[in-house]
Amino acid sequence: MDLKYSAEYEAFREEVKAFLENNWPLKGEEAKLRRHQQQALFRQRAVEVGYLYRSVPRQFGGSEQPADVLKGQIIREEFGRVRAPVELPGVGTAMLVPTLLQCGSDWQKEYFIPKTLSGEYLWAQGYSEPNAGSDLASVKTRAELKDGKWLINGQKIWSTLAQYARFMFVMVRSEPNAEPRHAGLSYILVDLKQPGVTIRPLKQITGGEEFCEVFFDNAETPEDWIVGKPGEGWAVSKATLSHERSALGGASGSVSLFEKLVALAKSVEINGEPAIVDPTIRRRLAVLDGYVSSHLYSSYRQLSMSVNQQDPGLVTSMNKLISTNIGHDVARLARDLIGDDLMLSPPQDRKKEDGNEKWINQFIGSLGIAIAGGTSNIQRNVIAERGLGLPRE
Amino acid sequence: MNFLLSQEQVEIQRAIAGFLSKSCPSTTLHEIYDREEPYEPSIWQGLIELGVGALIVPEAFGGLGMEMIDLALISEVLGANAAPVPLLGHALVTLAIMHGGSDDQKANWLPKLAAGEVVATVAFDEGGQTWLPEQWRLSSSTRLSGRKRFVPHGMQANLILVGLSGGGFALVDASAEGLSRCAQDGIDRTRPVAEFVFDQVVADPLPGAEGLAEKVRDAALVLLAADSFGGASRAVESAVSYATIREQFGQPIGRFQGLKHQLVNTAVEVEPSRGLYWFAAHAFDHIAGKAEHAAALAKAHLCDRYLQTARDTVEAHGGIGYTWECDVQIYVKRAMFNFAFMGQPAVHFDRAADLAGW
Ligand SMILES: Cc1cc2nc3c(=O)[nH]c(=O)nc-3n(C[C@H](O)[C@H](O)[C@H](O)COP(=O)(O)OP(=O)(O)OC[C@H]3O[C@@H](n4cnc5c(N)ncnc54)[C@H](O)[C@@H]3O)c2cc1C
Repeated sequence: MDLKYSAEYEAFREEVKAFLENNWPLKGEEAKLRRHQQQALFRQRAVEVGYLYRSVPRQFGGSEQPADVLKGQIIREEFGRVRAPVELPGVGTAMLVPTLLQCGSDWQKEYFIPKTLSGEYLWAQGYSEPNAGSDLASVKTRAELKDGKWLINGQKIWSTLAQYARFMFVMVRSEPNAEPRHAGLSYILVDLKQPGVTIRPLKQITGGEEFCEVFFDNAETPEDWIVGKPGEGWAVSKATLSHERSALGGASGSVSLFEKLVALAKSVEINGEPAIVDPTIRRRLAVLDGYVSSHLYSSYRQLSMSVNQQDPGLVTSMNKLISTNIGHDVARLARDLIGDDLMLSPPQDRKKEDGNEKWINQFIGSLGIAIAGGTSNIQRNVIAERGLGLPRE
Repeated sequence: MNFLLSQEQVEIQRAIAGFLSKSCPSTTLHEIYDREEPYEPSIWQGLIELGVGALIVPEAFGGLGMEMIDLALISEVLGANAAPVPLLGHALVTLAIMHGGSDDQKANWLPKLAAGEVVATVAFDEGGQTWLPEQWRLSSSTRLSGRKRFVPHGMQANLILVGLSGGGFALVDASAEGLSRCAQDGIDRTRPVAEFVFDQVVADPLPGAEGLAEKVRDAALVLLAADSFGGASRAVESAVSYATIREQFGQPIGRFQGLKHQLVNTAVEVEPSRGLYWFAAHAFDHIAGKAEHAAALAKAHLCDRYLQTARDTVEAHGGIGYTWECDVQIYVKRAMFNFAFMGQPAVHFDRAADLAGW
């Protein structure tokens, strides 16, 4: 057992540090560019030296590095330290690109991946429907092949940022008579900028508009914009490449959320004194630290095991639920720390001068995390049946 | 970074588990549990033969020279099997002598501890939750007078490490004149406790060393955390396996989603915290700046989780879980001991908050 990195990895860390020293923030004339241009320029350089999009081949705009979870971790640590831009967030880079790499055809990879990585193509995920949420296999949106094109009719819902997206990867029913139900599904790509598509943003509980309803009314997509074969949609959507991101993403998110909570406790007052000196608050923070630290060391263990081709077992199915639970706990403590600011509306765009009401976004947003990407009850079903081996319902 | 057990460590855990499943299966455990004096020397002797007693003793004194993580991994297995053995006291006395004993004390005791020739224990609490070194009041001198309670395996031990005011220690022979020992009616019969009254008892003080008492305290916290992880994991496993065989309404109860989710919730409370005690044990020997905090947090979190988990698993067993004959009762009580011994979780959460530098 050793929590230090070997000399080889420490040397790699020095390389990363030196790169960052020279490249972020940008200098001279480049520092005058607009922020997103600066970020794009930096990302391009980070890809060239092999630090971002490591599992994506060079020909598709990635840096094509051998899989190495520890290097991935060092890159995240060092980029995080100087707040350098990391891989673009969103379902395009996180879900579509890995899916295409594993199941897509050559032209699909060439056509979609480079521009997705550069941020030119934004994607939306079209899985959920009004009557198909947790029960994804009951998707009804129809796709029929007619004159060399897919004709799409139906409705998707809760599709995050679809109003800004150029394309959507959509789960459709292409084989209406197939049994079991999920054998009738296909995974197709659709250009959202066409007359047959109507997008209506939905106002969320936070007051913002981040997810949308998407209506398909004889929308079209070319026959070869299907990933995998007709009827393989279920399997394609489950395909995930062995990702450097792995378990650590979740745990390091929990750690930084907890650090922000401690900072909040230092900045607000209870009875005229910093809340952090209040014995009850200290106790509650320490109790939460027990869960957060457990999650962190558990992620170290999972990371080390996957580097050594071992199976961490049961705990891998638990990571989302653990992060969600920590989010709920943070929300409860933040609620008590911000006092009457609990009665304020949350700010819609993040600004430096935001007050404690910004925590309302976490207080409510922690519920979104509990629902999106598989609800906590669905997580429990999976842990029970696949993790603990309890009988299926 | 390699936050992983070595092959050797995995094998040691397997060997101890294998030995216990033969020497102390559930039926034997219950039989020992119900004895007037709930102790079976042959089990501890078997562990000594496997090297448990010698594990952390330096090689120069006939030991194996291993680390806290190795001991903690064994504690996990003992916890998982609710093993009725005096490891905790043995380990703490060994550590105290290793780090704070005189050359004579080391030469005299360490080889005997390694070979299991003495059963050793610790006497810390003086009543009213006075587990921590700064709370000990027994005055340091070569003649001890006063009272100590909740001494684990106090009636079975022959070498006692007594905590003294100012965080000092002295060794006392269990047969010394003026020492009266009285078995307490302890809830955890896998670690029976005794009350000691000292009246001018001859003692052999340890010369001590900077931070010795804190080191002994932290070792206790790490070992209790590891034992709790093992016990809690086993409690979850037994509830899960019961849910797959017990049938009601014509099907295994584990198919009912209500119970399924209760079991998942207990498993999610336990499984991720394995690394918390690993880290605390690793920090004990290797990361001085984090050792105290990690030990406090691990003890608080894991002993808290263990007790709640054990209670939940009683409920998951239904009526059988409420009986003396069911294994889970033994785990509930071991969890109660772990919860209180060396200070309740609340005490160590508060210490952890201070040590975090908030
Ligand atoms: C912030 C946010 C962003 C989202 N973004 C996207 C997106 O980009 N694209 C997309 O396709 N979808 C998106 N979703 C939708 C999300 O995937 C679904 O909301 C989710 O899968 C739950 O489906 P549902 O809303 O139909 O709820 P339901 O499935 O109706 O669930 C309602 C309740 O019933 C429980 N429940 C359901 N089935 C079971 C069961 N078998 N056992 C026990 N309990 C059960 C659930 O746990 C939940 O508590 C997003 C959701 C949110 C909140």
